[in-house]
Amino acid sequence: MALTYDEVVAKYEPVLGLEVHVELNTESKMFCPCSTIFGAEPNTQTCPVCLALPGALPSVNEKAIESTIKIGLALNCSIAPFSRFARKNYFYPDMPKNFQISQYDEPICINGYVDVEIDTDEGPKVFRIEIERVHMEEDTGKSLHVGGATGRIHGAEYSLLDYNRAGIPLVEIVTKIVPGTGKYAPQVAKAYVGELRDILRSLDVSDVKMEQGSLRCDANVSLRLIGSQVLGTRSETKNVNSLRSVERAIRGEMIRHAELLNKGERVVQETRHFQEESGLTRSGRSKEAAEDYRYFPEPDLVPVAPDAAWIQTLRDGLPERASIHRKRLQEAWAVPDKEMAAMINADVLNLVEASVDLGADPTKARGWWLGEISRIANDKDLAISDLSITPSDVAQIVAFVNSGELTDKLARQVIEGVIAGEGTPAAVIAHRGIKVVNDDGALMAAIEKVCAEQPETAHKIRNGHLPAAGALIGAVMKETKGQADAARVRKLLLAHLGQAE
Amino acid sequence: MAKALAAGDITSVALTQVHLDRITSVDTDVHAFLFVDTQGALAQAAAVDAKRAAGEKLSPLAGVPLALKDVMTQKNVPTTAGSKILEGWRPPYDSTVVTNLRANDIVILGKTNMDEFAMGSSTENSAYGPTHNPWDLTRIPGGSGGGSSAALAAFEAPLAIGTDTGGSIRQPAAVTGTVGVKPTYGAVSRFGLIAFSSSLDQAGPCARNVLDAALLHEAIAGYDARDSTSINAPVPQVVNAAKSGDVKGMKIGVVKELNGDGYQSGVRIRFEESLELLAKAGAEIVEVSAPNFEYALAAYYLIAPSECSSNLARFDAMRYGLRVGDGEGASAESVMNLTRKAGFGREVKRRIILGTYALSSGYYDAYYGSAQKVRTLITQDFDKAFQKCDVMVSPTCPTTAFKIGEKSNDPIAMYLNDIATIPVNMAGIGGMSLPAGLAPEDGLPVGFQIMAPAMADQRMYLVGAALEAALLTKWGAPLLSKIPELRGK
Repeated sequence: MALTYDEVVAKYEPVLGLEVHVELNTESKMFCPCSTIFGAEPNTQTCPVCLALPGALPSVNEKAIESTIKIGLALNCSIAPFSRFARKNYFYPDMPKNFQISQYDEPICINGYVDVEIDTDEGPKVFRIEIERVHMEEDTGKSLHVGGATGRIHGAEYSLLDYNRAGIPLVEIVTKIVPGTGKYAPQVAKAYVGELRDILRSLDVSDVKMEQGSLRCDANVSLRLIGSQVLGTRSETKNVNSLRSVERAIRGEMIRHAELLNKGERVVQETRHFQEESGLTRSGRSKEAAEDYRYFPEPDLVPVAPDAAWIQTLRDGLPERASIHRKRLQEAWAVPDKEMAAMINADVLNLVEASVDLGADPTKARGWWLGEISRIANDKDLAISDLSITPSDVAQIVAFVNSGELTDKLARQVIEGVIAGEGTPAAVIAHRGIKVVNDDGALMAAIEKVCAEQPETAHKIRNGHLPAAGALIGAVMKETKGQADAARVRKLLLAHLGQAE
Repeated sequence: MAKALAAGDITSVALTQVHLDRITSVDTDVHAFLFVDTQGALAQAAAVDAKRAAGEKLSPLAGVPLALKDVMTQKNVPTTAGSKILEGWRPPYDSTVVTNLRANDIVILGKTNMDEFAMGSSTENSAYGPTHNPWDLTRIPGGSGGGSSAALAAFEAPLAIGTDTGGSIRQPAAVTGTVGVKPTYGAVSRFGLIAFSSSLDQAGPCARNVLDAALLHEAIAGYDARDSTSINAPVPQVVNAAKSGDVKGMKIGVVKELNGDGYQSGVRIRFEESLELLAKAGAEIVEVSAPNFEYALAAYYLIAPSECSSNLARFDAMRYGLRVGDGEGASAESVMNLTRKAGFGREVKRRIILGTYALSSGYYDAYYGSAQKVRTLITQDFDKAFQKCDVMVSPTCPTTAFKIGEKSNDPIAMYLNDIATIPVNMAGIGGMSLPAGLAPEDGLPVGFQIMAPAMADQRMYLVGAALEAALLTKWGAPLLSKIPELRGK
């Protein structure tokens, strides 16, 4: 029998564990000089090293180490004075060496934490997520399995391999187990990943685009009876490509686990794949029999031993912490808590901030991002960051409205045009012939026409029944294709019919 | 040769052609080469001659031909590492060693035979058939770099490049009466060296005398950003050391554990004789002990297979080399399996299995972990010994060249051949082998090994040059002048 979420959390306590993979935005790969630009022709960004040709050797990208240390520092970790790379051995066609260079028992950053604040029934509450480790590794290539029903290697007719991604620097951020979040587990997880993303963005170490895979979250979930100290069996959900999905995936897994446990069945330890459409997860690889990766220290690379002075320089150069930064913005913009939370929730804070930086009024910028633009994103079922409208576009639109060149209503048309790919706001205005009708002569002509068409309504207004004006104003706006300033129309109309406000 | 080239007495093209002719004449018997790059070598030689004619300042070895072990990538030239799995593969890039050779205008004649992936001590493990020792064609030329050493002894090339993981430069040098040097780990870039055991592999010079080896050493050594383990420090002045050969006041430590039982009598005789000559030249002979050397072989056969099991994982038929079992309905997994089954030889498979096992969960600490501890102990043995002496010496190998086929079914006997050379690799220090004469009982060459502390490679050249000079005086002619004439074609 299907359980409700409330029934699940009344009986069970969820325990989380989150692994986040971050693709660094270094210009070159982790162990070779190849470019890391996303979306190039397959296999054009490769060399003997990342194709694992015989004889090729890795050499470490210093910038990647620097970025990782910065991440560690921002997550309150200690930086190991000595850490090593290790080989994780397993065969898979998209991994050219058939081992992945990673870090195993000697990671570069350990023991940190991130605090996240979420709204609870008792008001805002801070949850501390402890970080176990932050380590460096290389990404694999990409397999495209053609034919077969599932898009997976089994059953495929053939597979195509693109090694452009092979060797892209990855940082893996692993939490300790996170108990004690109760029914807020899905929100805490979402807030944690969101917070991480904001921190990483402020460090400028990654594009942090979940939809492009530069930030990927694997969510481990297990349940135990409330009060129990024993950990339940966990499942690991992969493929979680948005903040909203993090929340949905964990919620879905909690319900799935609880249903199994209530029936007296056991949870299988396995990886599961999140299905964006259904919000459910599908069974993947079993992890019951632990795979033996035969880790050993990578003999081709010398240990990483960052200089203490260098670490201090990086520490001194860290940007403002994301949470502090948000508080500062909230004060500067004088935004109420609820509106602030709405921006964070809708994932538009940085977009609003960027628009403000380009000269837009904070309230107006917030209005557009949270209003019209969010609405269009929802309609299209896309993330706001997927829309082609930029903070610069919004800043320009706000400026046009301020100068009277656009009304709010026309601005909505411009936004729609920009998102439809018609170009910059100025281009959309030109292309669609959008302009505010300021010519009183043209407006008067429209008013006279409308009054002639609707004499009864005009008569009512003449007799002092002002609420009837709305209908005629609407008709005038229609007549002018929405390009008139409604306030001006009202003024002219009332004057025309011998009335005053 | 370099002098004659510099003086204009001979052109590089002529010198290269002479060697190509010699290869054509004798290599059907010796089988030192897997590929002879006639066109490439002549083109390179002509370019050097043109530079010389234009009055350009050239490196000391400019125009001299060289044989390259087939474990080094050379752009567009077949590179197999002695394995079927790489048959026909032409690398799209040059190894750093090849880049350095080109920069010094050294002419590359071709690629020499070797035990598959450098695993072996006899070159019998080559997928392309064994190389024969020019001293006696029924005997092995050492391994893994038997092709390079045989090419030198057969006068097919005056210089060669070898690689040494457990003795693959020094043991072939010993059994062919040539000079081979394994520099300090990290002295020569490994970029483009097809890895056997990354933490042990080291390329080095092979030649017919100590000075040639030193000249080649300086040509190929140096820091390379593409090899994270390469040494970022000036190359030791090995040429000056080889020219000096002054050992007065040097302390030479004889390793107690690398002598005695298990060493052929002729090997011991020549070794003692060499010590006397060095003493006469002004060196002080002392005895040093290295109690942990007895564990070196066992530890080596855990570390090297462990690393190779991972290094050789990339040969999966996906991107290059052999592909077996491909076709309608074949899965990637089955193609990988069939290719590796068909492409790797017995010894390679044996070591992959051994290494996979040693790294497995539950066995790692007992095997790989313990072997790394032994490695530390061996390094400490060297450190202690080098407090009492400047270099350490031993016979290079326990015996002279054995017969082809004699030990191929007895891996342990084969492995024991490297008992004196392996400690050097485990500690990452330098080792040289040079000829100490012929064993009276079989008339075959005996090698004398000199070991120097890390980053003090010049000391090997000092002692090597001193011994070489003393032996030359004694013999009246180089040892190789006694090599039987190859009938050839």
